[in-house]
Amino acid sequence: MLSIKDLAVDFQTRKGVVHAVRNVNLHVDKGETLGIVGESGSGKSVTSYALMRILDAGGTITAGDIVYSGIDLRHSSARDMRNIRGREISMIFQNPRAALNPIRKVGHQLEDVLKTHSQATRYDARAKAISMLEAVQIRNAEERYHAYPFELSGGMCQRIVIAIALACNPQLLIADEPTTGLDITTQKTVMDLIQSLSQERQMSSILITHDLGLAAQYCDRIVVMKDGELVETGKPKSLFNNAQHAYTRKLIAATPRKNASIRDLLPVEEQQPLPERSQSGETLLRVNNLVKTYAGKNGPVHAVKGISFDLKQGKSLALVGESGCGKSTTSSMITRLLDCSSGEIIFNGQDIGKIKLRDFAQHEMRKDIQMVFQDATDSLNPRHSAFQSILEPIKHLTDLRSAKRQDRVYELADLVGLPHSLLTRFPHQLSGGQKARVGIARAIAVNPQLLILDEPTAALDVSIQAIVLNLLADLRAKLGMTYLFVSHDLHVVRLLCDDVIVMKDGEIVEMGPVEEVMDQPKSEYTQSLLDAAPSLSKIVE
Amino acid sequence: MSGRYKTISLRIAQAIPVLFGVVVVSFILTRALPGDPAVYFAGASATEESIAQVREALGLDKSLPEQFVIYLGDLLRGDLGQSISTGQAVTDDLARRLPASLELTLMALFISCSIAVPLGVMAATKPGSLRDHICRVIVTAGVSLPTFFTGILLIYIFYYLLGIAPSPLGRLDFIYIEPDTVTGFYLIDAALIGDWETWFGALKQLILPATTLALFTMAPIARMTRAAMLSALSSDFVRTARAAGLSSSKILYGYALHNAMLPVITTLGMVFSFTLGANVLVEKVFAWPGIGSYAIEALVASDYAAVQGFVLAMAILFVLLNLTIDIAYSLIDPRIGFEER
Amino acid sequence: MSMAPTTKSDGFFAHIFYVLRGNPITALAFILLAFFIVCALFGPLIVPYDPLASNTSNALKPPSSDHWFGTDNLGRDVFSRVIVATRLDLLISVSAVALSFVIGSILGSIAGYWGGWLDAILNRLLDTIMAFPLFVLAMGIVAALGNTIENIVYATALINIPFYARLVRAEVNIRRDAGFALAAKLAGNSDLRVLAVHIFPNALPPMMVQISLNLGWAILNAAGLSFIGLGVRPPTPEWGIMVAEGANFVISGEWWLALFPGLWLMLAVFTFNLLGDGLRDIVDPRKRT
Repeated sequence: MLSIKDLAVDFQTRKGVVHAVRNVNLHVDKGETLGIVGESGSGKSVTSYALMRILDAGGTITAGDIVYSGIDLRHSSARDMRNIRGREISMIFQNPRAALNPIRKVGHQLEDVLKTHSQATRYDARAKAISMLEAVQIRNAEERYHAYPFELSGGMCQRIVIAIALACNPQLLIADEPTTGLDITTQKTVMDLIQSLSQERQMSSILITHDLGLAAQYCDRIVVMKDGELVETGKPKSLFNNAQHAYTRKLIAATPRKNASIRDLLPVEEQQPLPERSQSGETLLRVNNLVKTYAGKNGPVHAVKGISFDLKQGKSLALVGESGCGKSTTSSMITRLLDCSSGEIIFNGQDIGKIKLRDFAQHEMRKDIQMVFQDATDSLNPRHSAFQSILEPIKHLTDLRSAKRQDRVYELADLVGLPHSLLTRFPHQLSGGQKARVGIARAIAVNPQLLILDEPTAALDVSIQAIVLNLLADLRAKLGMTYLFVSHDLHVVRLLCDDVIVMKDGEIVEMGPVEEVMDQPKSEYTQSLLDAAPSLSKIVE
Repeated sequence: MSGRYKTISLRIAQAIPVLFGVVVVSFILTRALPGDPAVYFAGASATEESIAQVREALGLDKSLPEQFVIYLGDLLRGDLGQSISTGQAVTDDLARRLPASLELTLMALFISCSIAVPLGVMAATKPGSLRDHICRVIVTAGVSLPTFFTGILLIYIFYYLLGIAPSPLGRLDFIYIEPDTVTGFYLIDAALIGDWETWFGALKQLILPATTLALFTMAPIARMTRAAMLSALSSDFVRTARAAGLSSSKILYGYALHNAMLPVITTLGMVFSFTLGANVLVEKVFAWPGIGSYAIEALVASDYAAVQGFVLAMAILFVLLNLTIDIAYSLIDPRIGFEER
Repeated sequence: MSMAPTTKSDGFFAHIFYVLRGNPITALAFILLAFFIVCALFGPLIVPYDPLASNTSNALKPPSSDHWFGTDNLGRDVFSRVIVATRLDLLISVSAVALSFVIGSILGSIAGYWGGWLDAILNRLLDTIMAFPLFVLAMGIVAALGNTIENIVYATALINIPFYARLVRAEVNIRRDAGFALAAKLAGNSDLRVLAVHIFPNALPPMMVQISLNLGWAILNAAGLSFIGLGVRPPTPEWGIMVAEGANFVISGEWWLALFPGLWLMLAVFTFNLLGDGLRDIVDPRKRT
């Protein structure tokens, strides 16, 4: 139905021409779901934009043919393309809230598409729009017709985007990272909806994703892309069990899954035995009935509703939950970046919750509790070089003289595997993985006893994530640190942590050793989280 | 929808302390004016005694807080005092001259918006192109022109050299008869009675000063339109609309421009501030009988009641305009009243 | 991606060069700025005539090789007056903008970082200033305080404060909870240090645009005040006054009296307006490659 031959796309940028896509050959058959997987910059999205002919300014198709049902898409007129878009081929995007016009009622946006493709007249547009909303399982469709995007949740917005895409009964649906940024349970419902709707309408679809597990679960066939080129293609089962190309194998290996240890994520030749961890068994941190309540516009917001747990020296504890469950609020309070409403945070026998935030910055315990932030880009001062960023805590929290300070920075760079030549660079000149290393080096610079890791790998590609997770495991053993690991990803948690706390709506749902909680969850909620998480282990033997 | 009404009423409530602040500032400013109005009023042959009498009559011998209370009371009755130079009530003077200023300002804004918005849209559709650079230079040159200088330049070209503009003196050449005052806007009043000859006469007088003002205010509108259009055009929802096959004009005007107008409306407040300020200068250049030239005359004469009235009137006018803009904005943007939840 | 700069200053100048090469309009603006600075510093030394010396026998002469910009109604050389006036006009605008930048930044930072009632009070104060059309407020202030150059500076500074305060407040506010600000706290920085050393410098790039636009406005403002007789008084050479004096002669055809000071004024404002975008690119480290 769709075939792409020798596609090449170039982008004109300030630094010259970038070949975003080269020699891509692929086809989609009727009723088939094709997955395109790859890490950032692999050209997977560009390929789909090229076939829709909606490349950003500066991007051009320089070679190849794109043929859809006998129509030459590359050379079609702009007018023909407009008729094809939305009517024959539709597309849905990541970040659904931004994908909708913020100041137009969602019903009207649906009608716009219906009217453009003469699928509805002035008289029946409204009825058709509402029936479309019902088709994507939106309750109270009549009411939702009048809603604006900001009044709806992320998952709801994605349903609207799907409704717009499917309104004119297209034959091919392209889904570009449709669930990135959505919670894991929402992800499942959205993906199931896309799957059932496309089966119902006998549509073909292309799923573009960085998540191998997701692709394995929902696709009939998968192509792997790297640096703008197609690496390998095959059915999920054969591809994941018997990958031919080294890159595919590396990607599969790096994806966290049930029976793999943290070292298994790395390529075989880079695997070294994990160093021994020392654990004294003393309680380092005791959290007692911790509560955080914000004053909201419509009454108080209970972010954390009285949680208690212990963390022993040398252990690693994970806080897991979906967005808004209070895990980040909890970690901020323990890091003393946020005051608690009530409760105790006893660190090394002292209730640090009682120390004023302002005083804690200069407190001797400040250096004992440090944090690695979620977004490495956001957490590095754009005006400071990597060197200055790492130096910052050394300058304020140690007595080292200036000559020694420099040595310490180099020592830390070695420790996290950051080449010294990169130290003079500013954050925007570093890659995501390098920024993560700078963030980690800064956090461990003053030898903290407790390191709080707030989704440190959430923004990273899987292969970089694998390296960073291993680095964290090494550092923990080498420096004898205790970790509090905040994450939404249960698979990652299993790799790094000893114990886990599952949170929901500011409360602890379940806690215990990682293996126990993940293999025999006691609560339904944990079970639903585990079920919703796409996993390679279901398919990889 | 109640959230929106709450926001609007909150916005109106917020204007009240600002209005009070405006009254305080204008009171303080004029009490500090140099020159003693009592001496001025008492005349050249005044004695110490007669000056003191005048001072008492004007209430200038009382303490400042007392004077302020009296002033507030007068204000509530709509009494801004007597102008020393014209001998009339300041309120009447201002009311008579205000339509002239407003007609000029609104005409200028009309011209400015109808040029700057398309210019900004045009620049945004092809960023980095020659067209874009030319737009940028033109609008930057426009805002760099001191209004009083542009006015003089236009007079020199169109009146002295080409002779196609009428003499730059006031709102209407003396050969025409002023239309009866209904709104005070000559263009509207003349049209109401169907006197098209006068209408054209008034338009001819208006066009040069209005253009002068418009040139000055084009830049912020065009800049903002360009920036807002650029961000709207590169946004995800425009990409969705393209992927859904909507027509280019629907995307450009229905989706992108509609969203881009919101920040543009916000900058209109700033533009009004510019325009009302520049108005004073333009009125002087074109001998336009508005409140700006009235204020300049009053300043020269240390006519404090008139100056105070002018500053106050301008500020109140501006506060009301801003209020209107905000309310219009909240009616256009459905997110208002929800965002803070 | 090119190699990281070896030393800071070296990289900085290379970066300036890069920005200028990429944007010829900005380069032009920098050349004009250099010209105005030279005029301001050495103007009185390089002009051919005494800007105040009148010579009635030589009055109202059109531009010639002796008097490039002609002479005015008192026979003074317009060119010399225009050049000498540069110092005064730039001085007024630079000191006014510097004043409002400093005050506005401090107020805005405090309000943006700590919020609460400080923020509320500041907002009401700024609202009150902004409630006046700015030029009208400046008129009122100069009229009230008296016609001196200092008062023009104060008035211009005051009406510009809200721009800086608002801008800094917004920029500080969005960075208050940014990762790098939190990280700075973890590194043992006090609130004040986090604000002054980590957050505020990141607000500078957008401020640069505001500063250069404001320098332009400030000149216009001062000239406008002089034009309506508030502020600098004759016979001091100042662009606004010269245009005002020349205006009376335009209707009788002696255009050069008003044209040249007006053009100079315009050119100066134009320079500052063009400068903004380029300055932002220079101050913003993310624009470095």
